[in-house]
Amino acid sequence: MLLIYCPYCEEERSELEFRGAGDAHIARPENIADITDEEFEEYFFLRQNPKGLIFERWRHIHGCGRFFNAARDTVSDRFYTTYKAGEPKPDVSDILQSEQNKGAAK
Amino acid sequence: MRKYSVFAVAREALRGHKGWGPHWASPEPRKEYDAIIIGGGGHGLGAAYYLAKEHGITNVAVLEKGWIGGGNTGRNTTIIRSNYLYEESMDIYEHSLKLWENLSHDLNYNVMYSPRGVMMLSHNIHDQQSFKRHINANRLYGIDNEWLTPEQAKAYCPPLDIAKTARYPINGAALQRRGGTARHDAVAWGYARAASDRGVHIIQNCEVTGIRRDETGRVVGVDTNRGYIGAKKVGISAAGHTSVLMQMADVRVPLQSQPLQALVSEPLKPIFPCVVMSNSVHAYISQSDKGEFVIGAGTDQYNSYSQTGGLQIITHTLDAICELFPMFRRVKMMRQWGGIVDVTQDRSPIQGVTPVPGLFLNAGWGTGGFKATPGSAHLFAHLIAKGEPHRLAAGLTLERFRTGRLIDEAAAAAVAH
Repeated sequence: MLLIYCPYCEEERSELEFRGAGDAHIARPENIADITDEEFEEYFFLRQNPKGLIFERWRHIHGCGRFFNAARDTVSDRFYTTYKAGEPKPDVSDILQSEQNKGAAK
Repeated sequence: MRKYSVFAVAREALRGHKGWGPHWASPEPRKEYDAIIIGGGGHGLGAAYYLAKEHGITNVAVLEKGWIGGGNTGRNTTIIRSNYLYEESMDIYEHSLKLWENLSHDLNYNVMYSPRGVMMLSHNIHDQQSFKRHINANRLYGIDNEWLTPEQAKAYCPPLDIAKTARYPINGAALQRRGGTARHDAVAWGYARAASDRGVHIIQNCEVTGIRRDETGRVVGVDTNRGYIGAKKVGISAAGHTSVLMQMADVRVPLQSQPLQALVSEPLKPIFPCVVMSNSVHAYISQSDKGEFVIGAGTDQYNSYSQTGGLQIITHTLDAICELFPMFRRVKMMRQWGGIVDVTQDRSPIQGVTPVPGLFLNAGWGTGGFKATPGSAHLFAHLIAKGEPHRLAAGLTLERFRTGRLIDEAAAAAVAH
């Protein structure tokens, strides 16, 4: 079971309190009625599904009820960081760099 | 290939079983093949076998990153059934079920297909309406599926608790008698042996690291950790790692990779005669021929390639099993593991051509790929050989996510995903 840090409650809580909500930073097209089928497919169905660093949404459904974003590794399942909805995507190279430094410190 | 028979067993018994050779050859890869299949699971090995057997294409390699039987083919709960709702699904799963019925004979390898019946428990009025809709759709399409009262369900599967006071009361069940189980390792090994016998190269510990295309965009071969291997046709049948491979060809696919867990108990005397599934409480159980209870749990809610999963997922399933079958409460669980399944949004598979000429895709079987092994493999071979889908797989295209012609087993599925 994952332990997830809610950036609103500022606490690490068990996964049971959270609901996974798919990829983060996907903007719904503002002209949704006008876009082509290809654009809709791109927005609605196609996903990166990365092996490694993923940016995803979680909802603290049995806590504060709020959505937030997380950067996690899909191989180790370890969270690099969580951050509030609306905040910009953290810099990927910063995350990976700090992970490498941690590895070296061990 | 030495033919397996009762006489071969008797002969070897007298010779101390020293004459059994390896099931399949392990050749060095050639520089060029007519077709390469990435992924040495049941689907990939089966496709290679049918390419050789039915289409006369024997210059084929199956590239497996790990070892044969080490992926999802060896990690599932071996359930076979074909009682899906939509015609596209019924077509392919019923095609598969018909192939299962004669597979041991066809491969000269005992895959231990056991049509012991798959019973799905109905716990409430919604289950009942949904199951009866399935039953009617199936029967109209010529697929067996029948409704049982709680008493009939109990008679078919005596360990079941049908008390009205039960935590999960049962108001009936849907039974597909031709459904059942097969020995998953034997399916992989049997296909590998039969394909190898027909000249297919099975190359283990060979991870694909790139998909090469020429200036027109057509596939010309793959880079692997054992060097470049050329092929004009490449089929991807790699389950959870499909997205990773498709990215090598710059194609995004509507797939999410998630862990799916299973576990087995200590072996017990034969006591459980069929397969029982419950969608509402999410539990599957059957008893293997070794006597272990084979139990399937749900997927985790997040994407992962970790081949493990959360403990709360399996305890949730075991809670349900203990309520449905109170006599199992003291049974000890022996092993637990996870596999990475590739799930589409409509919970139906994708089999078809891709935007890259020469690159074919067989993916998205999600939590139910084992039952489809022979049918999927048979139709995938047709796709690779002819360059266009077989009639029975014509609806499973990648384009359906653009056209909107989804096959929405997500809403109709027997299991709440």
